[in-house]
Amino acid sequence: MWQSLMDLGYGFGLALEPHNLFWCFVGVLIGNLIGVLPGTGALTAISMLLPLTYAMQPVPAILMLAGIFYGSQYGGAIGAILLNLPSHPPHAVTCLDGYPMTRKGKGGTALGITMLASFFAASFGIIVMVFASPLLVSVAFKFGPTELFSIMLLGLIAGSTMSRGSPVKGIAMTLIGLLLGCVGTDVETGQQRFNFGLVELSDGVELVSIAMGVFGIADFLRHVNRMKHIGSLQPVRFKDMRPSRAEIKEAFFPMLRGTLVGTLFGAMPGTGPTITTFIAYALEQKVSRTPEKYGTGMIGGVAAPEAASHSKTQVDFIPTMSLGIPGDAVMALLLGALLIHGIQPGPRLISEHPDIFWGLIASFWVGNVMLMVLNVPLIGVWVKLLQVPYRLLFPSALFFICIGAYSVNNDIFAVYEVLFFGIAGAVFMALDFPIAPILLGYVLGPMVEENFRRSLTLSRGNMMTFVSHPISGTILGLIVLLLALQTFFAVRARFFHGSRLPRPPVLQAE
Amino acid sequence: MNLLTSSRSKDYCGGVILILMGASAALTAQNYRIGSLNRMGPGYFPAALGILLALTGLTLIGVGMARRARQAAADAGPAETHPPEWRGWLCICLGVVAFAIIGNLLGLVPATFACVFIAAMGDHDNRPRDALLLAIGVTLAGVAVFWWGLGIQFPLFSKDFM
Repeated sequence: MWQSLMDLGYGFGLALEPHNLFWCFVGVLIGNLIGVLPGTGALTAISMLLPLTYAMQPVPAILMLAGIFYGSQYGGAIGAILLNLPSHPPHAVTCLDGYPMTRKGKGGTALGITMLASFFAASFGIIVMVFASPLLVSVAFKFGPTELFSIMLLGLIAGSTMSRGSPVKGIAMTLIGLLLGCVGTDVETGQQRFNFGLVELSDGVELVSIAMGVFGIADFLRHVNRMKHIGSLQPVRFKDMRPSRAEIKEAFFPMLRGTLVGTLFGAMPGTGPTITTFIAYALEQKVSRTPEKYGTGMIGGVAAPEAASHSKTQVDFIPTMSLGIPGDAVMALLLGALLIHGIQPGPRLISEHPDIFWGLIASFWVGNVMLMVLNVPLIGVWVKLLQVPYRLLFPSALFFICIGAYSVNNDIFAVYEVLFFGIAGAVFMALDFPIAPILLGYVLGPMVEENFRRSLTLSRGNMMTFVSHPISGTILGLIVLLLALQTFFAVRARFFHGSRLPRPPVLQAE
Repeated sequence: MNLLTSSRSKDYCGGVILILMGASAALTAQNYRIGSLNRMGPGYFPAALGILLALTGLTLIGVGMARRARQAAADAGPAETHPPEWRGWLCICLGVVAFAIIGNLLGLVPATFACVFIAAMGDHDNRPRDALLLAIGVTLAGVAVFWWGLGIQFPLFSKDFM
């Protein structure tokens, strides 16, 4: 316990070093900006900036990339509340009560409450991370390949079935991701796989190419000529953003419940941020004495989902950092970034690279404070930026993607790779497939294969090894439970028509 | 509902793609050594994934058919009804290809200019003059940031000094 606090102090020392502070600032600023702009999410932003970090030291690089992630969440709430614009799915449910508040002239208050709730929830998540990670690490050292395989399987299945849309399609995308992970040289035998005779593919497909293709180019292909102006809105002044004492009181318990929901879901691998915010909102509605008022501008309907999304974000880092198993696509991307910098996430990360781990944790706090301070003067700027037309935005971003792909290996081939994945991503999106599981599968693929092969070699080809190891067996039980529950809910939804969860607005393309 | 926009035909189409991808992956994996569960060769894991993928595709089609049997009329679904955007799609793809080809032959400056100009022409509201100005602006900014600021290994013009 004291050790954790001492280490945290060390982390703050690192995070407050001027150049780390600077890159953290750059990260949250870019993240915030990207979060406000509709259509581009944290995934697009991180994948586009990933090549830029190659030349940087690992610590500032990872601080910046993480900053983009949580910065974009602050930004996403702004669009949701002021414009009824669910730029990012997790914030869609914030629209339900946030936008009615804006219409009542309480938009500033809603933003203020959001910031308060976000900061509170993020702080809580960080504290959980500080104390839970070392605990998890001590358990993780007992894990062999069998346990690791089962955990990754749980993450993959949860990630592909609990996102929005059809679970079957999610699983299909995960499998495609796993197959993409097979491309290149087989680690154990040196055999070239799926390289189609191209020398460039012998090192495998570039992470950056997949990410920028499916989250960047595919996005442009879908939105070109379909997204134009975003709408006008009233200015928000700083004075309006200070919630009154009564409003804070009203928001306090929803905030607390939202935080707990987020923490719980963050600890579960594979549960996406969208489902988390939906559950937080549904819970609020259920415990409220006036459930019928939800959707008309209840403070609780804003505070709870925003708190949930922020505490989940922080807690998400626990399995990524201490097990090396990312919970969702953003985490997979950050994990990939660590690998590119030659750092292997996993139980040894905390002892081998304490600077990364504790520096990152401390920077979360520093970054969240920066965001609070930043958002007050910048909110007017963001609102203006929402009016930058898409027709100027996407060609510039396209160049950024091309040169980003090139700069990975100084090789033009990666540019073609990006285009390929962009078109493939757009086709799959048009067919209503979720895209994010591809990335999760791709990053975990090589690890899944390696541990699968190793555990079966150890057990002399006996598949029962996954059931007979106690930890692994328990995890497999969880997987079965998860699938059973999902089937149950799917069947129930079919018979009773329509789920209880609220339906948020979908990003309108006009 | 239009053939290509109803959610069921999307499922059929997706299912067929998955089966084709899975089957070709599993077949390609036959070229590598499969091995046994005990000592897996490099082909084992991809072959298994390919088969699973094809099965997923079958499931998707199967679920779609079952749904059709039960509630043919009820299944309208809020499908998108956008007309295809051939001009936008073509220009975005051409922009990327132009960057790659021109970048290889002539260097960073012409590649950037061509990429942004072509992509910008994909939007109906961009007149050639807008696209030209945007392309010049992005080229200047791009060179400043990437070539001068970050020292990227990409010759500005021609590849003589690479």
